[in-house]
Amino acid sequence: MSTGLHLDLPFYAQVINLLAAMLLLLSFAMLAQRRILSLINLFMAQGVVLFASTAVVAAATNQHHLYWSALITLVLKVFLLPWILHRLIRRLNVKWDIETLINIPTTMMIGLVLVIFSFNLALPISALAGTITRSTLGIAMAAVMLAFLMMITRSKAVPQVIGFLAMENGLFFAATSATYGMPMVVELGIALDVLVGMVILGVFFFQIREQFDSLDIRHMEKLKDD
Amino acid sequence: MEFLLVLGLPLLGGIALAATGHWKRAAEINSAFSLFTLLAAIALTLRIVEHGPQLLFEEQIFVDPLNVFLVALTAFVGFTTSLFSRPYMRIEHDHGRLSATRLRLYHSMFQLFTFTMLLALTTNNMGILWVAMEAATLTTVLLVSLYRTAASLEAAWKYFILCGVGIAQALFGTILLYFAAEKVLGHDVALLWTHLDAVKGQLEPTVLSLAFVFLLVGYGTKVGLVPLHNWLPDAHAEGPTPVSAVLSGLLLNVALYAVVRCKVLADGALHSNLAGLLMMGFGLLSVVVASFFLSRQKDIKRLFGYSSIEHMGIVTFAFGMGGPVASFAGLLHMTVHSLTKSAIFFAVGHAAQKCGSQLIEQIRGLIKQSPTVGWGLMLGTLAILGMPPFGVFASEFLILTTAMKAQPWATPILLISLGVAFAAIFGKVQPMVFGEPTAKRLPHKPAMLPVFMHLGLVLMLGLWIPPYLAEWYRQAAKLIG
Repeated sequence: MSTGLHLDLPFYAQVINLLAAMLLLLSFAMLAQRRILSLINLFMAQGVVLFASTAVVAAATNQHHLYWSALITLVLKVFLLPWILHRLIRRLNVKWDIETLINIPTTMMIGLVLVIFSFNLALPISALAGTITRSTLGIAMAAVMLAFLMMITRSKAVPQVIGFLAMENGLFFAATSATYGMPMVVELGIALDVLVGMVILGVFFFQIREQFDSLDIRHMEKLKDD
Repeated sequence: MEFLLVLGLPLLGGIALAATGHWKRAAEINSAFSLFTLLAAIALTLRIVEHGPQLLFEEQIFVDPLNVFLVALTAFVGFTTSLFSRPYMRIEHDHGRLSATRLRLYHSMFQLFTFTMLLALTTNNMGILWVAMEAATLTTVLLVSLYRTAASLEAAWKYFILCGVGIAQALFGTILLYFAAEKVLGHDVALLWTHLDAVKGQLEPTVLSLAFVFLLVGYGTKVGLVPLHNWLPDAHAEGPTPVSAVLSGLLLNVALYAVVRCKVLADGALHSNLAGLLMMGFGLLSVVVASFFLSRQKDIKRLFGYSSIEHMGIVTFAFGMGGPVASFAGLLHMTVHSLTKSAIFFAVGHAAQKCGSQLIEQIRGLIKQSPTVGWGLMLGTLAILGMPPFGVFASEFLILTTAMKAQPWATPILLISLGVAFAAIFGKVQPMVFGEPTAKRLPHKPAMLPVFMHLGLVLMLGLWIPPYLAEWYRQAAKLIG
């Protein structure tokens, strides 16, 4: 290994690859999920996978700051954000909302193409990486792309935001798999931004509903140039 | 010390104005905080001019001629905007468009927004730069939706989602940058710009080119570059006017500054002109698309929003060309654009209040009803359209003449777009100023001092650039390369 770290390679690497595969699977599951409540649970599951993979990488490489990022992930993405989201949909009374207007098979096909694209894009970079997690960089990029696709295809506000948060998950996974995570101060800043953003959006949801009587953003297509 | 004040004052102001509730004097306190921030920024600038670049706080903060000039500009426009917003927001309050709690939110967020921009400008850490840019988005989302109308909520939602997605690309770019740098620099200092700059020749070119593309797309969304510009006209039109002024005048500059810092690294690593070509392409596309969209606008603030896209395109193009003259002109254009555009928004804000509408066809005859607002708008428009002797003429002239030598193919495109923009904007503003009046009197005196202060400075920069300022631009241009 070019980083010169002592690594217990095969077993750890296998666990990490398994977790990465689960992350990708969860991304696809989110893409295909119409119910808001299940979407939040899937997001939470993604948080658990992220936490586990970060902790495993930390144990495998003895990078102490990664334990801290794993802890932040656990608190923020497994407990805090899903809790806020659950509270929000309960108070907004959209708990049983179902997104009807998406064509799941087509979206899945586009998703597959995106995965292939990301793997190709990641290939030259992972060839340069010296981390034990380098093979998962493509998966991280695919997760980002799939979350992006989810944001585009959804027409309701809450799923769009979950897509946004899932994209951040993918980016976080990319950071761990390419470089063993960013410096601590940056990671804390990102976590703070995500949290503040979530709170602001929560306030925002209520304003939108008050104004439009629904959280469907197809109502918000008035501003155009003509 | 000065530096601590520059960052500390707006942060403290944001917290204080949020905590103290609705004070009768909140607007004055807001201006006072901005004034002291400006004084601290001036002191910091003088120190940098005297002692050269400085690294502070374990190298986390880096102030050099390039960013200190933007710090001074940000503090200055922040201060004048706070002067303008005092009567403006009071009139909005009297017209019943804003409640006292909203005003409290506005004042607090205004200071926090200034803080995030100043942090983004002065940090040496590319990761913190990202965090600060994202925080700037978050604070302005609440400002754009301040009126809570259907249109303003839509604009704020679009702004949040588009800039959020954009800024996520920038985060991926930052991760890639860290990945390339960590091999050379190790974990601790790999995101510090000064260290990156020192070893930029050794960074892996393939990774860095990919990183730059992501960073350009990400921060470019916030600059408002076409085709990532959709949020910009909406956010400018639907937010309160002081917010449009700081968005156009300051935030776009800060985002472009982030792109320029990344370009310096990419240029060093790539040994090719990829970064410059990409920036020239995006810049030209923005100029062309924005100027052709101008003639279709019915809302005066949207019109000037598109004009901001056009001017940001010009600056991006100039930095893309590179070289001492183009970079010098780019920096000058950034300065004069932000001064002129915020002055225009001040005048437009009062004009819209007088006529009770932002629609161009309902604003008529400003000059008869209120000569200062009318002349302010007319002179500002002439300045932004590049009429001599204003500073915009000087910078555009420099950019065009450099383009003729360095990139002759681009010159006709630029010239035609500038002509189209001139016809569109002048044709719309002229009847607003000289037509038959529809305007009413306002319950408070409009604040026209900031408008003429800005226009006076732009005029001065067109006629004569003080030698030390020119020297400072030259140093900054050298850093950009």
